Order: sequence, then C-alpha cells, then structure tokens
Amino acid sequence: MLHSTSVKRPAVVLAGLAALAAVAVALYMTVGVRGDWGFVLAFRGMKLATMIVVGYAVAVSTVLFQTVVGNRILTPAIMGFDALYGLLQSMLVFFLGAAFVAAWDPRLRFAVEVAVMVIFSVTLYRWLFSGGLRSLHLLMLVGIVFGVLFRSLMHFLNRIIDPTDFLVVQDRLFASFNRPDPGLLAASALTVLAVSVVGLRWLRAFDVLALGRDAAVNLGVDHRRMVTGLLLMVAVLVSVSTALVGPITFLGLLVANLAYMLVPSHRHALVLPGAVLVAVTTLVGGQVVLERVFAFDTALSVVIEFVGGLFFLFLLVRGFAR
Amino acid sequence: MIDVKNVSKSYGPSVVVDDITLRLPAGGMISIVGANGAGKSTLLSMISRLLPMSAGTVTVHGLDVTKAPSDELARRLSILRQDNHVVSRLTVRDLVAFGRYPHSKGRLTEADRGHIDRVIGYFELEPFADRFLDELSGGQRQRAFIAMVLCQDTDYILLDEPLNNLDIKHAVAMMKLFRRTADTFGKTFVMVLHDINFASCYSDHTVAMRDGRVVHAGTPADVITPAAIRDVYGLDTTVQETPEGRRIVHYYV
Repeated sequence: MLHSTSVKRPAVVLAGLAALAAVAVALYMTVGVRGDWGFVLAFRGMKLATMIVVGYAVAVSTVLFQTVVGNRILTPAIMGFDALYGLLQSMLVFFLGAAFVAAWDPRLRFAVEVAVMVIFSVTLYRWLFSGGLRSLHLLMLVGIVFGVLFRSLMHFLNRIIDPTDFLVVQDRLFASFNRPDPGLLAASALTVLAVSVVGLRWLRAFDVLALGRDAAVNLGVDHRRMVTGLLLMVAVLVSVSTALVGPITFLGLLVANLAYMLVPSHRHALVLPGAVLVAVTTLVGGQVVLERVFAFDTALSVVIEFVGGLFFLFLLVRGFAR
Repeated sequence: MIDVKNVSKSYGPSVVVDDITLRLPAGGMISIVGANGAGKSTLLSMISRLLPMSAGTVTVHGLDVTKAPSDELARRLSILRQDNHVVSRLTVRDLVAFGRYPHSKGRLTEADRGHIDRVIGYFELEPFADRFLDELSGGQRQRAFIAMVLCQDTDYILLDEPLNNLDIKHAVAMMKLFRRTADTFGKTFVMVLHDINFASCYSDHTVAMRDGRVVHAGTPADVITPAAIRDVYGLDTTVQETPEGRRIVHYYV
C-alpha cells in the first residue's frame, strides 16, 4: 500500500489525470502532422475514438470484476476470456477459411463474438453459482482451467491450420489500433454506453459490494442479483474491447491498480473515472510513443504487456495478492 | 422477538445445526456459548440470512428472513461475523458511514452524519476516525466494525465474537456499551461469546450449545452452573458468586 495518511482530495487527482489524458490526446492528434489537416484529424480521430472506447471498457470491466471477487490481482482475463476470444478466431478461420471470414461484415462478426462470450460467461456463472457457497473461488479456478483448455485447443487448431490462414489469425490475436472500422466502432460505443447507463444506477451499491459478501448482505444489498448483473456487464465490456482490438491482458490490471493507488477514495464514482482516465492516458500515450519513437515497429499490446507484466510482478512482490 | 423453528444445517452427511427451536425475547442481551464447532456461528449466520438453512424457518420481528426483502431486513437486523476483511481502502469514518446505507442508500443526510459522529464518539474512535483501516491494530479495527453495525441502528444486533482482539479494558467497555444501548434504546443483542464470564455477568439470557443442539437455555443463573458447564464443554470448573450476586466461573487451573 502507498503510505499516506494525508487524504488528498480525489477531485484534484481526477483533474490531474484528466489533464494528463488531455495532453496525451493533444500530442497524439498534432505531433508530426504533414499535409492536409482535415484528413489527418479524421484519420487519427478514428483511432483515438477506438482507444477511448477500449480504454473505457477495459478499465471499467476490470474494476467491477475486482469489486465482485474482492481481489485486486485477478482480472476478467482469468475467467478465460482472452483465451476464448483466441479460440473463437482460430475456429472461424479454421472452419470457414480466412478469405470467407475476411468477407464478413465486421459488425456481424462483432455481434457473434459478443453473443458467444456473454453466453459463455453467464452459463459458466450460473452453473457455478447453483453450487452454493464460496463459489467465486471455484469460478476463478474453473476460469483458469478453461483458459488453459481454450488456449490448448487454439494452439492445436493453429498447428494444423493452413500457414497462410494462420497469419490472419496471428494478426487478430495481437492487439492493434491500426485498423479501425467505423461501423464496428459505433456499435461498440453504443454497447458500452448502454452498459454504463445501467451501471450508473448501481454506483453506490458497488461501494457496498466491495465490503465483501457478508457485509453487503448485512447492509441489504441483493448480493446474488447484483453479482449476476455485474458479471454480465463485465462480460459485455470485455467482449467489446477484445472484439475491437484483440486481447490486452495486462492493461486492466495496470490501470485498475494505478487508479486505486492514485485516487484516495473507496467510491466507485471516483475510482472508475480515475481508472478510465489512466487507461486513456496509457493507451494514447503508448500509441504516441509507438508511432513516433518506435516508428510502428511493434504492436501496442507488446509494450503494454511488457509494462503490465513488470507491474504485475511488482504487485505480487509487494504483497497485494491478499 | 426472534423465532427459530426446527432449523437445521448440514453439509452432506455432517449435521452442523440439528433441529433447533428457540425463541429469543426482544430487548436485552442474549449470549450463545458452547465449545468450538458446536454450531453457534452457523446458527447466527442462518438467523441473519448470511447462510441458507437446510431446513426450518427463522422470523425476526415477524419477518421471514429468507423471504423478506433484504433491504427491509437490513433496517431491522444487523450482523457482524468474525474475521472481517475489506479490500477497499477505507477510513474508519467511511466504514462507519456504511452503516447508514440501508437508510439513505449512500446519500448521507444531516441526520446520518449526526449518527455517524455520535457512534464514533461512543466507541472513542475520534483519534483515528480519518485513518485507514489497514493502518489500525486488530482491536481498533474490530471496534470500527462494531461501530459500523451499531450505526446501522437496527432493533436486533447479532455479533459473532465481538470481543475478538480486544484487550480487557476495551472488552469491558464494549460490553458496558452494549448493556447501556440495550437498556436505553430497547435494542436486542445476540452474541456468540467465548468468555463464559462475560456471558454470565452481562447477559439476560444465555443459550448453551453442543453438537448442533441447544443443551441449556435460560438466565445466567440457570446456565452458569458446574453441572451445565460440564455438559457443554466437558470441563470441571467451580462457580463462585460475588457479593453483588454475579457468577464467576474458574476454569484456568
């Protein structure tokens, strides 16, 4: 834990984070512009909007997931989401062929992916929760096992797939913001907005839920219903971000924990915006570094996984995994 | 009144609470005593809807705890279990303020704030009201959690080993505070206690459990006897009466 007994004002911190995010956005939009500004702004604006939607989805889903499980090192990825996404991509290409899949309307593919992921998580969740007490730990364990299973199946498919098709799959499995799609983006933004409107009503109940099951029940929160709803929201948000750019496993862990450290409050009304701002700063700032310093030589996910992985180790060493 | 009817809890073949029927009167302090694994905490958890029961019904003030809306129950009955752990970074004041959630759903009113300050005062938590929970000692944290539950201001307050981690001074102060609250505001405290002498000196009604059943129930004078204690714990003790008429059990040597 950061050792500071002085209570910094959350509003000041949020304002600072907002300023940082604004600087990152301004840099991204203006550095190195040559030629027609109208074209450049529209082109970069699309990528920027994608990063904001993805950052929002990843940050909110991770914080909410950690509120449900009461642990700050677990992320939705532990439920096997990324692995399922990968398997899904591999299966599509394996059974239908790369050319056929490429011809699909991206919105259709998006809808299918979101639907499959939501169905998967809700089925898993319902099945586990009928078991009774302490099921969240079981859920996590099953999530890890499922993750391994999906990953193994994916690798198996990738081994027997046509080498040219494999390149298509591999490209999809690395997060990249370099191929934005306007239709897909609009659909994602609307989905994320709908989830947020639902979640807004529950904002204060999230704070109570973070106290743990017993305390939440004691304070009159309908725990079962609340957890079902939250897991659904997490499922939709994770689907949106993975479908848009591919899996970015460590981004959520990174931004959620940075938000907990920076925003001196337990209230989701403050922590969630903090996490979103950190996510936008990280993604947009990372992309600036990627484009200007590394000249597109690598994928953003590689940078984020590297930093996130180091951060994960740091959290483990510092004993955050309680 | 808390009405427990034929309540059982079993995990597979092992029965933890075995067909208990119990009527706990409203007002005053009720203690539940018994050896480890006698089913005390399980019973308390079922009364407070934290744990589903395998059979039977519990009504609190006429409300069936498994059927009544949870937020309505939260204004009638509060529960604190052992081993409370919170992931969020909370100050003592934040935690105590959560006690008002059933009443104001997180939007604190002036009346709520008055309540919070008063409870913090009762528990002498002012010096660390703005400290984070993870910076407190176990005893201070325990007091903060009990303060939250009392801030909930319910008629029935269920506490599982509330004296955990408290030194003798704070343990006595806590019991006196419960006693005063029960007498002044007509609240009902139901507590699992390990120190049988606290049960003897402070409760109006004592329930003794063994192997998932109630073996003795009544006033401390009925339950705190060498014969009953041998029944419950399988331990030979002597019981002494102080000049004020309190019964003290000697079991240390």
